Amino acid sequence: MIPADQDELKNAGMYRDFILDHYKNPRNSGTIENALHKHDSNPLCGDELDVYLKIEDGTIVDIKFQGHGCAISQASMSMLTDHIKGKTVEDVINMEKKEMLDMLGIELSVSRVKCALLGFLTIKKGLVEQHGNT
Amino acid sequence: MNVDKIRADFPILQRKVKGKPLVYFDNAATSQKPKQVIDAMHDYYLNYNANVHRGVHQLSEEASQAYEQAHEKVGKLINAELEETVFTRGTTDSINMVAAGLANTVEAGDEIVVTGMEHHSNLVPWQQVAKMKNAVLKVIPLTDDGRIEERAIADTVTGKTKIVAATHMSNSLGTINNVQLMSKIAHENDALTVIDGAQSVPHFPVDVKKLDVDFLAFSAHKMLGPTGIGGLYGKKKLLEELHPASFGGGMIREVTEQDASWADLPWKFEAGTPPIAAGIGFGAAADYLLNIGMQHIHDHERKLTIKALDVLNKDTIDVYGPAADHRGGVVTFNVKGVHAHDVSSLLDDEGIAVRGGHHCNMPLMKKLGIQGSVRASFYLYNTEEELDVLNNALGKVAKVFS
Repeated sequence: MIPADQDELKNAGMYRDFILDHYKNPRNSGTIENALHKHDSNPLCGDELDVYLKIEDGTIVDIKFQGHGCAISQASMSMLTDHIKGKTVEDVINMEKKEMLDMLGIELSVSRVKCALLGFLTIKKGLVEQHGNT
Repeated sequence: MNVDKIRADFPILQRKVKGKPLVYFDNAATSQKPKQVIDAMHDYYLNYNANVHRGVHQLSEEASQAYEQAHEKVGKLINAELEETVFTRGTTDSINMVAAGLANTVEAGDEIVVTGMEHHSNLVPWQQVAKMKNAVLKVIPLTDDGRIEERAIADTVTGKTKIVAATHMSNSLGTINNVQLMSKIAHENDALTVIDGAQSVPHFPVDVKKLDVDFLAFSAHKMLGPTGIGGLYGKKKLLEELHPASFGGGMIREVTEQDASWADLPWKFEAGTPPIAAGIGFGAAADYLLNIGMQHIHDHERKLTIKALDVLNKDTIDVYGPAADHRGGVVTFNVKGVHAHDVSSLLDDEGIAVRGGHHCNMPLMKKLGIQGSVRASFYLYNTEEELDVLNNALGKVAKVFS
């Protein structure tokens, strides 16, 4: 069946099951002691985020996060933390926004792209502060 | 009040969003504009565009007259004289202008009183004055349902209070405050009131004489007018004493090399070439509202608010703010367990425009223990059928996040 409205189809996809699953059951939720800790917030929506990164020999061996936020920002963090665990700091610093958005695989409006990138940018900022721009 | 006839004046209400008819419930952020307002601004640019208060040529005469009349129309809406109706860039600009002008009257140890439901625009300027002058910023506390009781005002305002800055209607809770009572208590303590009327002037009858407020700030764009312009009412005597914050052309009477004197009210506060078309649009908006009648608009919004509170009366939804008797056409809520922006996005998919976030009131959100909320705010062109659309859409939100 051809959808009556292309927009409707596109937007129905924003809250797909896998996004909601990551939102309701976030992977890597929690804190890590004696780890690199970075706090950030999005003043527009009041979202808050704390990320903890355990780094050994330039590799992210563990990562956890805690925060309040919308389904898009929380699902993004859940997927991103899974994605970068085991990667080198250098890899993550060099990671492009597109990689994050492709991982989500949903159409986002301009304002919601910010939700998707909050965690990504927070982690990058934290790593650059700690390890410098590679 | 014929809502169908009113809706026909707003071409934007015919458009579709995501394939659905637009349901515009974000009126507390900005209102839509009727053809009459757009036409008035258009007419100025097409037919008599000229600077005001300058030339003696025909076009300038026409523009000056239209711009002055716009002040009279806006003044009429709030029962103020021309001399008491200053055009500004908007509510924020109006409040900053008063704050800058009154700062000189504040001394160390004096008190500035605000309420716990102020928009950042009626809080941050006073924080700055208090810091600059070593004054004490006091906050009138709210009841759990977001109201201000007489006792709370009387307990907070003292003989040391110089300024009481309060909103007439909360943009985040919808609460309508008794600013007449606030002014009475302020005056008994020789303090002045600065009222944020951004949400009240567009929605119900506001009579500055009856309320006896000292200053009232409001925005054109929330009352069917254009952005970039707003109003500042001040009692004539107070405006005469108030020092202007912006200097230059248009606001002077006489200038010598070393000194200058100020033009008559309200022009003393309108330095530089004003946004003339916007001013004329502001006047047309006031005319439009006066033709319909502010009481009719208020009654209509009240009906919508009562129905909205009924629609939102669900186990899965938290509603903030007071009962319908104490509020205007703003309802703020959260769907339990769902972020305000997710609710807003899902409602947007149904063509419904609402606001999600902290509504420029971070201290209040903190007090309520929430990051943000969803706000639906109504105006004269909204209908009860649109609330049925909201009701259905909320059902879909619950389904997605179940």
